Amino acid sequence: MTLPKREDPQGKRVSLFVTCLVDMLYPATGWAVVDILEYLNVQVDFPPNQTCCGQPGFNAGHRADARQVAIQFLKAFKDAQVIVTPSGSCAAMVRHEYPDLFAEDPLWGAEAARVAAITWEITEFIVDGLGITDLHLRLPARNVFAFHDACHGLRMLGLGRAARALLGSTENAVVGELAESDVCCGFGGLFSVKMADVSGAMLERKISQIEACPAETIVCGDASCLMHINGGLSRQASSKSVRHIAEILAAGLPDKTK
Amino acid sequence: MKVTSNAFIPVAQVALLDHEMRRSVHEGTTTAYQKRLIGMFQSGEEHGEAMRQQAAQAKRRALSRLPQLLEQAEANLTANGAHVLWAEDGDEANRLVLEIARRHGAQSVVKSKSMVSEEIGLNHALEGQGIEVIETDLGEYIIQLAHETPSHIVAPVIHKSLASIRDLFIQQLEMPPTDDAGVMARFARQVLRAKFIAADMGITGGNFVIAETRTVCLVTNEGNGRLVTSLPRIHIAIVGIEKIVETLADYATLTQILPRSATGQSLAVYTHMYNGPRRSGETDGPEEMYVIFVDNGRSEIYGTKYAEVLTCIRCGACMNACPVYRSTGGHAYGWVYPGPVGAVLTPLLNGLENARPLPHASSLCGACKQVCPVDIDLPRMLLDLRDDLFQQGHAEGIWKWGLKLWALGNQSPLLFELGGRAARTLTGGRAPRKLPGPLRGWSKFRDFPPFAKKSFRQQWRERRGT
Repeated sequence: MTLPKREDPQGKRVSLFVTCLVDMLYPATGWAVVDILEYLNVQVDFPPNQTCCGQPGFNAGHRADARQVAIQFLKAFKDAQVIVTPSGSCAAMVRHEYPDLFAEDPLWGAEAARVAAITWEITEFIVDGLGITDLHLRLPARNVFAFHDACHGLRMLGLGRAARALLGSTENAVVGELAESDVCCGFGGLFSVKMADVSGAMLERKISQIEACPAETIVCGDASCLMHINGGLSRQASSKSVRHIAEILAAGLPDKTK
Repeated sequence: MKVTSNAFIPVAQVALLDHEMRRSVHEGTTTAYQKRLIGMFQSGEEHGEAMRQQAAQAKRRALSRLPQLLEQAEANLTANGAHVLWAEDGDEANRLVLEIARRHGAQSVVKSKSMVSEEIGLNHALEGQGIEVIETDLGEYIIQLAHETPSHIVAPVIHKSLASIRDLFIQQLEMPPTDDAGVMARFARQVLRAKFIAADMGITGGNFVIAETRTVCLVTNEGNGRLVTSLPRIHIAIVGIEKIVETLADYATLTQILPRSATGQSLAVYTHMYNGPRRSGETDGPEEMYVIFVDNGRSEIYGTKYAEVLTCIRCGACMNACPVYRSTGGHAYGWVYPGPVGAVLTPLLNGLENARPLPHASSLCGACKQVCPVDIDLPRMLLDLRDDLFQQGHAEGIWKWGLKLWALGNQSPLLFELGGRAARTLTGGRAPRKLPGPLRGWSKFRDFPPFAKKSFRQQWRERRGT
């Protein structure tokens, strides 16, 4: 399936889709996105009626429920010109699945197609949307990073290059390689609880690769994988952690208080 | 073969405790995965991708003309002196093979590797009539000696360690003790050689059937296929109806991509092309050749949204790439075809009610689609099967109501926010030690983060207004 074509988002107002996990668990990631966009002089708003994209229900096969949640998304973003989100997986849900989910829906079909064509994951928005590969950032201290490529972003949206370019051009950031960085961490939404043991075995493998990796901080573009891997690292009392790309980049922004 | 896929979760749990098996499967799959990358992309990434798309087109074109191509193949093979037979299901296929054996007085059979013969339980049927059957693919021979079933469609013994195979050979074949895999293979080869010479009948599968040139094609790496089809008096090729391709040019594409995807080889060691039995004046080849086209549920997939799964060329790349298969091995899937393609094929060929957990045995990471030589959208099919499960009333009550509640909470920003606040209050702002109810599996391996003191939307309201 080919993804819907997007128009040039330059100069347009951005509506932030913060995602349900970031809203409730990791609000700092949301502010990191806001800070980066405002640093780039992009006008950002937060449509207050947003909830979730509907992916948990959709992936579980409960499509009628997923459609109800997706309709809430369509309502919340009806005035959006450009939607940016700190999640490759949620962006893939909107870009890939919405057009199909509402294909035969006379009421919401057109709106689903419209949002699919204005939605961006944060790093692809900066690099492919705004054409910026160097944000001129400087981290307060030197750190070694390595990427874990979240599956949906990687395979459904072709993400990875943009985030590497942005971190690679950041001062004090050393980017190394995580072995099997493109192998799933085992999250998979409800898969992680429905098949907890299989998911746990996949996580175990991911953690052993992280422990063997020289990087202290693993970088990821999805709060869901981040929550899953950090949950495992925390259980193992590891010194390592996974952080969201937006938070790492935002740490290199010029200090606004100066 | 009996379907035990509904026991996927408990069988997988046990499999996960078998560290020797997991080590073997992990090493086997990751090695094959790496070799595939080298084999597929040796002439550059663009070339490899173009080859995949060309292969996908060849198989999809053949699928769109399947009925005509099958008739064309039948006419051409018959003209060449082969007998073409049709089997609607496994029982009929087995009956046809038994009739052929009886007609020719065959008492012993040598087989080269064939997944469709596993599907129909052919060995069991033959042995039930007192006919000796010997598997001659080394992996399949080991499986037969161990009274097991294959756990991978290309590498049937991927779950076994070298040491366990050594012990099996010592116990069953009285092999002089050795740890050298080469010596062990040579030993098995000597045992099998006598079986080839004595056999009355050879049974193979078929990787492709070329309609244009009336050719049954077989690839092997051990040369056993050649002996199976040339030494015995009778050759039977048992082929799924979806194996047909239109032209020799299509075959040329597919025979390059199959070994690359399976093992990283540019070509299989042996490529066999059979047009019919021995002709007058020829000194070798079987006296009679039979081709049995097996349906066994395939035509019911044809014409549905899952039709493309019939383009699968059985390379096993999706198994090697799948992190679920890498963890559990193949037996947990409970039938002939494991891994992502098995999770799609098993419910489609045996009924969704007989393989309920399989569509859910995936994190939907998409690695299977990425490596598939004919670009089958397996994650999409798994999603559609999950939808079918729900539609047909197979969703568990707890999830049915749980997700209804989830949907309700997410249709109202107010309920969504209150839900978040309730979760934070209930957990006292700390990391919850255990998640409740159907979510409890999470806490077996992972901690859950604390809910934020203030959600993003609360913070936004406070800092920015509405």
